[in-house]
Amino acid sequence: MSDTVIQVDTISKLYQLGEISTGTLSRDVSRWWARVRGQEDPFQKIGEANDRTIKGTSDYVWALKDISFEVKQGEVLGIIGRNGAGKSTFLKILSRITKPTSGRIRVKGRIASLLEVGTGFHPELTGRENIFLNGAILGMTKAEIRAKFDEIVDFAGIERYIDTPVKRYSSGMYVRLAFAVAAHLEPEILVIDEVLAVGDAEFQKKCLGKMKDVSEREGRTILFVSHDMSAISTLTQRAILMDHGQVSHIGTTPETINAYLNRYVKKNLIYTAPPSDSRPQIIRAEVKTNLPNNHHTCLAPLVVEIDVHTPFPLRGASISFQVVNNRDQPITHLWTFDSERPMCREAGIYQLRCDIQAFRVYMGNYTLKVYFSGPPGGETYQILEYICPFTVEMFELYREFKWYPGTCTYLENAEWVVKKSATGSSHYLL
Amino acid sequence: MKSTPKEEKWDLEIEPLSGLFDINWRELWQYRDLLGLFVRRDIVSTYKQTVLGPLWFFIQPILTTLIYVLIFGNIAGISTGGVPKVLFYLSGITLWNYFQECLLKTASTFSLNQNLFGKVYFPRLIAPLSIIISNLFKFFVQLTLFLVTWVYFLVKPTSDINPNSTLLLFPIYLLLLSGLGLSFGLLISSMTTKYRDLRYLIQFGVQLLMYATPIVYPLSIAPEKYRWLIQLNPITSIVEAFKYSFLGEGYFSVSGLVYSFVCMLVTLAVSILVFNRVEKSFMDTV
Repeated sequence: MSDTVIQVDTISKLYQLGEISTGTLSRDVSRWWARVRGQEDPFQKIGEANDRTIKGTSDYVWALKDISFEVKQGEVLGIIGRNGAGKSTFLKILSRITKPTSGRIRVKGRIASLLEVGTGFHPELTGRENIFLNGAILGMTKAEIRAKFDEIVDFAGIERYIDTPVKRYSSGMYVRLAFAVAAHLEPEILVIDEVLAVGDAEFQKKCLGKMKDVSEREGRTILFVSHDMSAISTLTQRAILMDHGQVSHIGTTPETINAYLNRYVKKNLIYTAPPSDSRPQIIRAEVKTNLPNNHHTCLAPLVVEIDVHTPFPLRGASISFQVVNNRDQPITHLWTFDSERPMCREAGIYQLRCDIQAFRVYMGNYTLKVYFSGPPGGETYQILEYICPFTVEMFELYREFKWYPGTCTYLENAEWVVKKSATGSSHYLL
Repeated sequence: MKSTPKEEKWDLEIEPLSGLFDINWRELWQYRDLLGLFVRRDIVSTYKQTVLGPLWFFIQPILTTLIYVLIFGNIAGISTGGVPKVLFYLSGITLWNYFQECLLKTASTFSLNQNLFGKVYFPRLIAPLSIIISNLFKFFVQLTLFLVTWVYFLVKPTSDINPNSTLLLFPIYLLLLSGLGLSFGLLISSMTTKYRDLRYLIQFGVQLLMYATPIVYPLSIAPEKYRWLIQLNPITSIVEAFKYSFLGEGYFSVSGLVYSFVCMLVTLAVSILVFNRVEKSFMDTV
């Protein structure tokens, strides 16, 4: 008996794009005809790799292609990847919401998935009734829920409102109750999508703690999909990187996170590309930091230079860029339009320069996401992601406490006033 | 990927398309608690959202009966075969309401549960089954209304109604009606996920079907030539037998009931197979 509890064997999933409900009857007929003659499905042949940035010629796309890996008993496995890499599709297959097109997954033990919190909550029902309903939907029996009931209510901290319809709950209470049910699921294998992205930070920590606890003490296997690198690295030891519907890396979590960063963050500090004869393009992008090697001091002036080339005149062009942190969250967005500052009205190269007097973004690692497009509703010429990586430091900025990463997003410009009160403390008693 | 020894036991295998007859009955049984909770949810939530609560279950058949008495009984003058008009229409309406509710609600299984089905797995058959059972509750409430009226006419000396021993078959009538409602509903629900236009047809189709069932008229007044057509409808013999059992007026035929039973078995088998198949790919096409 090996201790493999999930064995994923060459799982693939073909999706149809575009309008599905029109023309299916005729397609069904031609498919049926092909089958009758013993030929392959005529629509399946033309599938191609899942790459959203290249406009496909086929209506069919492989959302997943030949995914294979194994998960051992008691392991907490993370799955990371960009949007559209196939993470959710894979979870859907594993949760039996949809079927794979080919391949096989074999599982030992009961599996429960949390793709959403509070699935099936009914607003008219009371907290008590919803605990039972939600628990049963997630695969618990009545007896199991009854045994856990007090613990769930206690964990959610809503004892007073347990017999109130959940439609009268505050959104925070609602989420806490939903989480509490989920956290007390006791399957051998737990599959969690990015549900932890909601709810207040304190409660998130409590949930993560509970899950970690459960996996360590009771040997539960957990599959955890997230964008949040910090959650992935606190919770998992091993992780999978998915890209374009394929597994591009399997290894320890730090290795996989590195692979993720290496894959998407362009190592070159300056982005360059040759101009094209056929379409407008960004040919150079650079972040001019005040320190060498793309290091920058918080609050120091920062310059972003973007050069674009167009082989033909454009109407209403616009350029913008976002500063994105290492959790894939955009921090700020800056833009300019043809209507404000004329550009690209003739073919040629245009050099743009954006001066930020005081770059207030807090310490951390950032990249740029640059957009080059026509007027609203028009064409998008190019979107560049993960370029011009740079690091913001807190050099030369004095404070009595040490600077810690992740305590805020940016520093605000503000004046404090402190004075001694003349009225005395009695004033505050009223 | 290294090969696994044969003797390893896997609890679950997820594969592309399972066989036509691959229905996991054991799993359905394991989820019986969910079935119970769904039924409870349906009953409690319909009752909670209204001011008059379960009173609505009475108001609708009473008003419909009065309208039928007025239109079909008095204005059109359609015979009720000697049965008090109120009782005649009320019996038909009670049965038809149940069948229609079962059919229409199961027919929208996928569209009503789209969110749920997209987020979590449970045997999908639980959803339509819960609809049939929670409608049963409503049916019994309406049946009480019928029974009260029935008892009133029973003790009233002037009226002529003759209940008989076939009343014992009542559970069978109910089983047939539920089975037919479920299977038609399942079939339609499976088809509407792909071909949406069917959805508009159903409301209309159900109404037509009512007129092809002896609800507002007794089978006995249908012309001999077309009677077979009405009898082809598997619900006809159930409605007629129900009326015969309770009122002593109607066309009770064992062969008719057997026909309904066979119809139910066949459609139920076909619809469960189709549903089982659609259920697996539904999330990709909806």
